[in-house]
Amino acid sequence: MNQYYHSIRFDETKCRGRMRCLRVCPTQAIRVRNGKARMIEERCIDCGECITVCPNGAIIPLTDPFGELSRFRYTIAIPSPALYAQFGREILPDKILAGLKKLGFDEAIDLAYTCGEVSFAIQEYLRNYNGPRPLISNACPTIVRLIQVKYPELIDHIIPIDTPREIAAREIKKKKARQLEIPEKEIGTFYITPCPVKMISIKQPAEKGRSNLDGALSIADIYGPLISAMESLEESEGQRRGLESICILGIGWAISGGMSRTLRLRNSLAVSGLAEIIKVFDDIEKGKIRDIDFIEAYSCTHGCVGGSLTVENTYSSYNKIIKLIETLEYEKIKACPDIREVRRRYEQKYYLIEGKLEPRPLSPLDQDIGRAIQKKKLKETLFEQLPKIDCSACGSPTCLAFAEDVVQGEADLNDCVFLWPQKITLLAQEIITLVEKTGIKIKKPEKEAKKENDL
Amino acid sequence: MMVKIQGNEKESGLIETFSITGGDFHHAGQVSTQIKEILKELGIDPNIVRRAAIVAYEAEMNVVMYAQRGIFMLKVTPQQIKFFVQDEGQGIPDIELAMQEGYSTATPEMREMGFGAGMGLPNIKKNSDIFEISSEVGKGTCLNITIFLDQGKKQ
Repeated sequence: MNQYYHSIRFDETKCRGRMRCLRVCPTQAIRVRNGKARMIEERCIDCGECITVCPNGAIIPLTDPFGELSRFRYTIAIPSPALYAQFGREILPDKILAGLKKLGFDEAIDLAYTCGEVSFAIQEYLRNYNGPRPLISNACPTIVRLIQVKYPELIDHIIPIDTPREIAAREIKKKKARQLEIPEKEIGTFYITPCPVKMISIKQPAEKGRSNLDGALSIADIYGPLISAMESLEESEGQRRGLESICILGIGWAISGGMSRTLRLRNSLAVSGLAEIIKVFDDIEKGKIRDIDFIEAYSCTHGCVGGSLTVENTYSSYNKIIKLIETLEYEKIKACPDIREVRRRYEQKYYLIEGKLEPRPLSPLDQDIGRAIQKKKLKETLFEQLPKIDCSACGSPTCLAFAEDVVQGEADLNDCVFLWPQKITLLAQEIITLVEKTGIKIKKPEKEAKKENDL
Repeated sequence: MMVKIQGNEKESGLIETFSITGGDFHHAGQVSTQIKEILKELGIDPNIVRRAAIVAYEAEMNVVMYAQRGIFMLKVTPQQIKFFVQDEGQGIPDIELAMQEGYSTATPEMREMGFGAGMGLPNIKKNSDIFEISSEVGKGTCLNITIFLDQGKKQ
């Protein structure tokens, strides 16, 4: 089954089967068989946890190389606001955007501004909303996929407002096509991404047929060249308007909690890190978190600044964004979209997402409930025989996952090393019985014979 | 080693038993989380899983809040999910009153934790297909809940 596109590839030649990825995977999507890690496609939500822990660099995020730009007549860079947090505090967005142009893009646009618009749109949506609460942000594609796979019944909680990156790409394409009088397909929009999962949200969007973006370049890949490009900028290029150009509502999208803070949402939660998010989602499923309107959820700790393709230390970049917000608040700078304009567009469904998000729940033990029940019983019986220490030496992440793999015929019970002593004892007894049957007298090994003599 | 699945036991259901400790708010909710995982594993329809999760959680919390200890039994057959929850605790003097939305005997501490909106039992009833309750003051309460898997054939 190869129906899902993934932004992660395992390099078999580099993989040495060291099991780190297997243990961190939050959806148990990795197995090590014959010493090599492999992915169970339907389970993977592209969070990228495995990339970070692999000691051999065998897990490769698939982002686009810079050469992809040549496919288009006109190219536009749309950097994630997390890019703004990667440099020293004196390097402001204007300079970074100018640097991107210097790198070879025809244009670089500020996504924070669109983020600000979408913040307002979310506020509008929340105001008139009467469905199940809390609503969950869709900014992080891993979260959307986590819900599709592990929490399918929460799918209606995902806010149906499109992401800033998609809206920005859609609008700039339209605008440029008109201005330059060229077809939209000759304009390439590239997201500068802090994580690999944005790549799949482009290649295989969770809800609509096609993304408005054409590719994604990793922050880590362009970091070095971008620094040199910024150094070579003339005085006149960039950093003209400085702080005055930064949308305070949008800049907050780089960090977990930024949106709620800048919008002053009173009834919201900001959650980051997959383990924490899973706890919160479990609680929502139980009907426990009822009095919260909105949840900002990011798979990476501290939000996009914690992405696996960023360069700066997560805490430093988180701090940079916080300081920037504080400065803007202090200076009372609000270079944000006009809320009346946003309301007008909102009425025209400008921000609504196209298409419907469908769940893709994990396959149950069996399609037939009766058989699934029998398999579940067998799984529990097998589990009882296992050591339950989750050593993962068998190549499955936990003893429970191993029991399931055995039931499903994906693994052999003999793969558990803890069952060997028992098995070896039985085998040894069998050998002795066989030898005795032949009538040949067994000569005891010298050492043992000597020991007996000594006694 | 080959592991075989026996087909002849097909009709017998899956039974799981959990124990709940009264007053243990730290572990409260774990039983319903486990039940939810089991139902998902068995391929039960997501909407039914959601209803069952709410029922299980409310029932579990009632034991945690009002009893010393309790037993939570889950039985799944291809036709239905059954919950049997029995606790040793203070019991309910007036069941009819307890079934009213908004009626609650929760202490201020429980309310502080977000419970005690008086929605527990009504919520359980609303999300189950058959709901039976019996209680004896000073002894405990017993819940018998059924959710049909084939909602079309609901009787």
